[in-house]
Amino acid sequence: MESVKQYTIEPPKKFANINFSELWRFRELLYIFVWRDIKVRYKQTAVGVAWAVFQPLFTMLIFTIFFGRLAKVPSDGVPYPIFVYCGLLLWNYFSVALTNASDSMIINENIIKKVYFPRLLLPFSTAITPIIDFAVSLIILFILMAFYHFTPHILGIILIPFLLLISLISASGLGILLASINVKYRDVRYALPFFIQMLLFITPVIYPVSMIPAKFQWIILLNPMSGVITTARNAFLHGTFNWHLPAISLGIGLVLLIVGISYFRKTERFFADIL
Amino acid sequence: MNEPIIKIENISKKYNIGHTEPYYSMRDQITNLFSFNKPKKTEEFWALTDINLDIQKGDTVGIIGRNGAGKSTLLKILSQITAPTTGKITMNGRVASLLEVGTGFHPELTGRENIFLNGAILGMTGKEIARKFEEIVNFSEIEKFLDTPVKRYSSGMYVRLAFAVAAHLEPEILIVDEVLAVGDAQFQNKCLGKISEIGKQGRTVIFVSHNMATVKSLCKKCFLLDKGKVVACGETDKILDIYLSDKSINDNGISDLSDINLRKNSSENSRFKFDKVSIINSENQINGSLKLFEAFTIIIDGSHTLKSEDFSLAFDIKSSLGTTMFNSITDSKGLFSSSTLNKKKFSIQFKENYLPPGTYTIGISANGKNVLDWIPEAISFSIEPVSKDLTTLIDKFDGVIIHPHEWVSLA
Repeated sequence: MESVKQYTIEPPKKFANINFSELWRFRELLYIFVWRDIKVRYKQTAVGVAWAVFQPLFTMLIFTIFFGRLAKVPSDGVPYPIFVYCGLLLWNYFSVALTNASDSMIINENIIKKVYFPRLLLPFSTAITPIIDFAVSLIILFILMAFYHFTPHILGIILIPFLLLISLISASGLGILLASINVKYRDVRYALPFFIQMLLFITPVIYPVSMIPAKFQWIILLNPMSGVITTARNAFLHGTFNWHLPAISLGIGLVLLIVGISYFRKTERFFADIL
Repeated sequence: MNEPIIKIENISKKYNIGHTEPYYSMRDQITNLFSFNKPKKTEEFWALTDINLDIQKGDTVGIIGRNGAGKSTLLKILSQITAPTTGKITMNGRVASLLEVGTGFHPELTGRENIFLNGAILGMTGKEIARKFEEIVNFSEIEKFLDTPVKRYSSGMYVRLAFAVAAHLEPEILIVDEVLAVGDAQFQNKCLGKISEIGKQGRTVIFVSHNMATVKSLCKKCFLLDKGKVVACGETDKILDIYLSDKSINDNGISDLSDINLRKNSSENSRFKFDKVSIINSENQINGSLKLFEAFTIIIDGSHTLKSEDFSLAFDIKSSLGTTMFNSITDSKGLFSSSTLNKKKFSIQFKENYLPPGTYTIGISANGKNVLDWIPEAISFSIEPVSKDLTTLIDKFDGVIIHPHEWVSLA
């Protein structure tokens, strides 16, 4: 074990800083948690992979039938399935990461009550894990594009890691906040799926942002995933890029992260008492 | 003397006990905002008050005390799982705490994978685990099942593997709670050997157990906690004497079992719960202090709240050193003639009593498919070293039972 110098245990202070050196010391545990979740998820390989493939594919199919064909939602001149799948790709990552992160404290209750480690690792690691599913879905996107004889723009491939990072920041920021609220108020857990469902409709996943009247677009853009999804689409499907959108998303994501971590740190020391 | 490796100053811990639901809900919180009634008062409970202790480097220290004395709370504060309400602890070394064996074990993962997972959770680095992997596997004696998911392990194998990982931690300070209560005797001894070895390497060990024999063999020094305070500290033999002779640790023959803290593994809304247990002496009085050979009866009250399949009831009697004197299991169907849901009352009668003088604790449990209710220390009683008619006085007794016998001259 790495040895540590003297440290003290005291009643929690009002404002707790993030202990970066401690987080660094426990970095391996972060990998281990991610590794555990991926391992468990794909343990029964067939089911694990099949779910990652079929879930976005079927959602895309349903949305294409109802929104693309029947409701005739415009798709900025690209085939609707590709258009909606492109949005779902990042949206699915975001919603799974957010759900996982906000449940992470309750799911890992037995560990929290028995061992000390920086609790922040749990929501972070659970928000990182669905990146594997994201990668699988991304491959499906390329297959889908090949099927429609659509050539993706290279700009999209370059930008996707950054857009994923912004999604990770936003999902873990909000997820960390919800995780600590979840410990105290158990009913939040049941409201979250509904909240995420509502969020899907106010995020330009099934429709383009251009459908919204220009003077209301800023409201949509307060949602960090709007900028991320619109940027991904513009880059992949049209080869265009406007840095304002991801910059706004990143800004909002970082605010969420800071608020989330501050609240989390403030409540963290009591988790074991009320879990 | 050098600076202590752990310096505990004025540590207190307060819990707020709500008498309503265990969790808050956002819904209640919002409705409370609009109600004019003051929110329900929560009761304060001081699990620890003003603890001051110094622990020196290289010592193996035992912490003893009754259930609810605050031992677990103290360990949780030392392991940083929960924060103290007041006070300060200065630590001069890295702590690893073992409050449970197999923390974080995942049933779907194999033994091999769980070694790495559990090791990391307990604070080992990947390199360290890899270096000790062989040793851990040998210690656990489960080589053959290394690539089997632990959900297929027997409970014995599970414990072996879990303890093997924990035993190879190399912290400066090791905190061990009651974890040795599991596993077979042979493996338990192996674990104890490992702990005393850790102690001999100059590491500091803090050990909590109900098994006085273990405490005696492992620890040179002991702290006795009672009602959240340190009431005595010093040489283990001296402290054990104080603890075992303390009359206040014997119940007066009756014990209220409504406290949730007495329980282990009991599900929250269980369909059977123990309410009360009492000990009746041969004169039909409630009395926790029995004479040698005196017949006695245990009377247990319980509530049977939900209709269900039959379950079994069990009890055991443990000596003050933690040895199980004997146990017994019966079926609820044979015991309760009617299956109506209501209060149940039954007794266990001991027409003869061969227990030697000493203090004993009774553990009771009700088991269906799962544990319905389990109270490892429901009540304690003592056997005085003198018989009822005052004719037999035990002086130089040795052994585990007093068997009735007669000395007869044949020549």
